[in-house]
Amino acid sequence: MIAKNVLGIVYSNSYDSNLNALTARRTMGSVPFGGRYRLIDFPLSNMVNCGITKVGVIANSNFHSLMDHIGSGRPWDLSRKVDGLTMLPPFTPTHADSNNRIDTLARIMEYISHSKQEYVLLMDSNFVCNMDLKKLMSFHSGKNADITVAYCTGGAPKLYNQAVVELDITGKVTSVGIDVKTNDDVNYLANVVLIRKALLERLIGDAQSYASVSFEKDILQKNVETLNIYGYKVDEWNCTIDSMETYFAANMALLEKATRKSLFNSQSPVYTKVRDDMPVIYGLSSDCKNSLIADGCQIEGTVKNSIVFRGARVAKGAVVENSILMQDAFVGEDAKLNCVIMDKNTVITPKKVLSGDKSYPLFVGKHIVI
Amino acid sequence: MAKKTECIAMLLAGGQGSRLGVLTKNIAKPAVPYGGKYRIIDFPLSNCVNSGIYTVGVLTQYQPLELNDYIGNGGPWDLDRANGGVHILSPYQQIEGTEWYKGTANAIYQNIQFIDRYNPEYVAILSGDHIYKMDYAKMLQFHKEKDAACTIAMLEVPWEEASRFGLMFTDDDGRITAFEEKPKEPKSNKASMGVYMFTWSKLRQYLIDDENNPESSNDFGKNVIPAMHEAGERLFAYGFDGYWKDVGTIDSLWEANLDILNPKVNIDLSDNSWKIYGRGTNAAPQYISDKAVIENSIAAAGCEIEGKIDYSILFNDVTVEEGAFVDYSIVMPGAVIKKGAVVQYAMVAENAVIEEGAIVGENPEKCDDLEKWGVSVVGAGVTVGKNAKVKAQSMIAEDVKEGETV
Repeated sequence: MIAKNVLGIVYSNSYDSNLNALTARRTMGSVPFGGRYRLIDFPLSNMVNCGITKVGVIANSNFHSLMDHIGSGRPWDLSRKVDGLTMLPPFTPTHADSNNRIDTLARIMEYISHSKQEYVLLMDSNFVCNMDLKKLMSFHSGKNADITVAYCTGGAPKLYNQAVVELDITGKVTSVGIDVKTNDDVNYLANVVLIRKALLERLIGDAQSYASVSFEKDILQKNVETLNIYGYKVDEWNCTIDSMETYFAANMALLEKATRKSLFNSQSPVYTKVRDDMPVIYGLSSDCKNSLIADGCQIEGTVKNSIVFRGARVAKGAVVENSILMQDAFVGEDAKLNCVIMDKNTVITPKKVLSGDKSYPLFVGKHIVI
Repeated sequence: MAKKTECIAMLLAGGQGSRLGVLTKNIAKPAVPYGGKYRIIDFPLSNCVNSGIYTVGVLTQYQPLELNDYIGNGGPWDLDRANGGVHILSPYQQIEGTEWYKGTANAIYQNIQFIDRYNPEYVAILSGDHIYKMDYAKMLQFHKEKDAACTIAMLEVPWEEASRFGLMFTDDDGRITAFEEKPKEPKSNKASMGVYMFTWSKLRQYLIDDENNPESSNDFGKNVIPAMHEAGERLFAYGFDGYWKDVGTIDSLWEANLDILNPKVNIDLSDNSWKIYGRGTNAAPQYISDKAVIENSIAAAGCEIEGKIDYSILFNDVTVEEGAFVDYSIVMPGAVIKKGAVVQYAMVAENAVIEEGAIVGENPEKCDDLEKWGVSVVGAGVTVGKNAKVKAQSMIAEDVKEGETV
């Protein structure tokens, strides 16, 4: 399979409601992550790095910040005359339901059908991974599969219609469970699906005629015996974001060297919008330990075990621990923060003390001044 | 035919910068890294864009590969445009024979056709080896108000340094009355910054006349501007009072980098109203480990820092291992400083490796003979072996063996 022959489709609103606070004014895809990224950078970069040249981004609601981030697709090299990136906003005036994947795909079927690509790769925005999709593609061809789904092993994410699979020794999916209630390790799907376009068209058409809504239930589970559905195990470090807690933990995981090595490497970079900030400035009294700091930050105070996004500033005497400061956040002099997530453009005025817990980080919403 | 453009810029970027030694072995001076994530040429290019000049010819000659690659289609500076944009202009073959750019004026002369395509009223001539933020639009306004043939940007320098510059004398109106080139005993402290605004119809004629003069060395400062002055053209000095630095030498490049850390120096790179653009690297944010100590320094994306950093500039993707110490130094992209190594008062070029326990550079305060003190430079890709020592003022182009002192 040649990557050029694969059409990439990314859902930007995947499970928005699981991250209520962060997605109040944005899509899951435009949720900031890891100091300088937005979640959608991962699926987009994965696709581009394996050679996919045409990507459609499905946006159902709240997508202004996403459009601002993606622009013409240039950072991902997807601003092209042939193929390239297309935003796919809803074109019915009624609010589109992101949980209704079948309807969402039916809505963009014209775009899919008109693409010259023979295969379609579907990805979600809440799956953080630097994944080698070339391997997934050759797995698909090697198994002569109808559908290949990527899975990870571990505790299943708490997502709507989360699919869990059982596989035989060859990797063929033998059963699909939905919302399985267990605390054991399972093989859960990462919602990375590779499928021949003609088959997708037929399956979506059929499902629609039965007014089905769930891709997992009405396509995967229903056809597990009639189609060759194969499971591909994701080797790379990954995280499926299903709550504020996992979002916080996934960010903090970047403080581990192994995570950074798996997620960021020069041969398959994660691309994002360029901001042209200057490098980080560390002041005379700065004390920075075990933290990830992005360009444009000015650190005068103490920062420990934290993720600091582009353009954030920590004033003299301030202490920031176990926290996430998003773009252009400002922590005033002698303020103290522990387990706090500061959204974009937030301000903590001098001497304030804020504290949350690792299992329940305190969230300060966009543009709020405390 | 391109659309008529009021003002275009020509950026002289062909110089070798031989005084930068190993730093310009394989790259032209304007491509030399500066300030943690920039190249010198980002400054004039960003100034152009921020001043509303969207047509820029970049004249290259010496080792253009890296520079051409860096500029590319001009996208990072928003200079990939339907009309105008950035153009790399290298010497080319002609019916009458091929010539290298003989001098700064000849370089522009050879590209008269390029300039004429845009039929500009004014042409800014800039050089690719200065660090400064300047609004050329204001200078153009001044040029128009004075009805000048040529306006030269002028900076008042400290008297003790004046003898290093081309100096100007002006009358009360700002009109230039005389020039003095690097005099031993300066009588003026008004230095030329090497930034010129010309009325194109005038300059065009003087360039042709200059080319026809076999005696001329085809240089703006030596020939064209004096010729205009002698002919009684209206030449004006435009005063500039911001930060400006010629980074033509190792010492000045080192100083200019550290100037960013000096609160008394007015070169604010974080100013959003006058951004300096550059081609980014897609590196991840930098990681500062729990063993690191980093103070009063600048570090760019992709760095992994476990050692101690003080008063230094680290470019992208630099690794400083545990126990290593970087002090008063400039460390360029991809360099690795291993455990226990010391880099002080030095510049370490791209992808150089300083092995464990090596010492690069000397602290002038601990140096017996200050005459022999100077910034040490390690060239691109060079490895300084374990426990080796690189003395003050050394410039290293080849690998240094384990334990050796150079």
